[in-house]
Amino acid sequence: MIDVIIIGGGIAGLETACTLHTQGIESLILEKEKEIGGKLTQWDSLFPSNRNAKELVETYKDEIQKHTITVYVNTKVIAIKKQNDGTFEIFTSREIVFKAKTIVIASGYSIFNAERKEEYGYAIYPNVITSADLEHMFATKKELKAPSGRTLERVAFIHCVGSRDEKVGNHYCSRLCCVTGVKQAIKIRQMLPETHVFNFYMDLRMYGLGFEEMYREAQEKHGVQFIRGRVSEIAQTNEGRLQLKAEDTLAARPVRMQVDMVVLLVGMEAPECNSILGKSCNIQYNAAQFIVPQDIHYSSGITSAEGVFVSGTSIAPLSVFDTINHARSTALAVSNFLMPIQNE
Amino acid sequence: MNKFGFSTHASRVIDYETIDTKLISYIVENEPSFASCISCGSCTATCSAANLTYFNIRRLNVQIRLGEFEEIQQEIDKCMLCGKCMLVCPRGINTRNVIMLIKRGLTTLEIKK
Repeated sequence: MIDVIIIGGGIAGLETACTLHTQGIESLILEKEKEIGGKLTQWDSLFPSNRNAKELVETYKDEIQKHTITVYVNTKVIAIKKQNDGTFEIFTSREIVFKAKTIVIASGYSIFNAERKEEYGYAIYPNVITSADLEHMFATKKELKAPSGRTLERVAFIHCVGSRDEKVGNHYCSRLCCVTGVKQAIKIRQMLPETHVFNFYMDLRMYGLGFEEMYREAQEKHGVQFIRGRVSEIAQTNEGRLQLKAEDTLAARPVRMQVDMVVLLVGMEAPECNSILGKSCNIQYNAAQFIVPQDIHYSSGITSAEGVFVSGTSIAPLSVFDTINHARSTALAVSNFLMPIQNE
Repeated sequence: MNKFGFSTHASRVIDYETIDTKLISYIVENEPSFASCISCGSCTATCSAANLTYFNIRRLNVQIRLGEFEEIQQEIDKCMLCGKCMLVCPRGINTRNVIMLIKRGLTTLEIKK
């Protein structure tokens, strides 16, 4: 019987495990992928500091090794069963059954599938890509070019793809796409100074530390142009460029623009496993399948089921900054829960 | 006495004391989704009438709230009720119903213009 089993080896799960370890509590991490680090392993740089994402992942890998925390990779959780004595049995894709006093769900998020917004032509036109694809291109140092091989004259970023959209069933704001759009627009301007970059936005939600400063820098230093209007559709021209339609709402006139590349700023969705985990141990989750904390202000790491905790983006889209802070506070909630047991 | 022909313009300031709210109340009551508009403009972007005329369906929301009924009256018939705006609206507003309600409201409600 282990004290804590953490479901998910992304930064939320890793930070929770490290903080628990410094409190003298042993934990075990179950990760469905073949390596730890979660979505961060696919990212190039992190806003607002432009630090290398791999470097943060490596820091966590070192910490995990230093604290000798056990990690099971390639291990997908199928069901959680609460025992009569209040402990848990966890069934996974492995044959062994894991037993724990408490569980921390750090299942993270999944990226919105842009094919669902067919009018934007993702997976139809080769020069329509997502922000995740672009991040991967940055990370692998791939040269940015139009499929025709010509240099990029214009690039358009489209905000709110898969977020705040009744048509795909996501009413919530993914919060991080705005600043990702600003970060990536700056990066393109730095890499290709001749390329014009346009961001089509509805509201720019620069809520986090340093975000507003990045937005201002994008305008002042890098000449990124922001157009207030949602793109309604994208079509290919005979030359293989992309024509997009929007309204420049501040000019109150429809606008048409030909660009060489479109980047869709895709939102964050709850992973499928949230509802499976939720049902199997009776945790409250919302319509978007994010896990609902017991108290959003006071105990945001505690779920409605006793002994089951939640860490990171399992509750909502969160930045790396917010995820790490949340993971630490959840670790504290777990240790407060376990302490009376250990004192007996 | 020389007449210099000076006159003053009516104030351009939006005056919330004099705005007639009957039409907006009528529309929101019958089509509550109208209240959720975020003015993204995707409706206008896809609108055939907006490509050729001053008709701007996104602006109708603001115009109705500000009581600019004369302009609405002049423009509303340019809508061909094709419904493309309904397909793109991220808030799921039944824009076609909104147009019908505006037309009905303008003729049946006693609106101060």
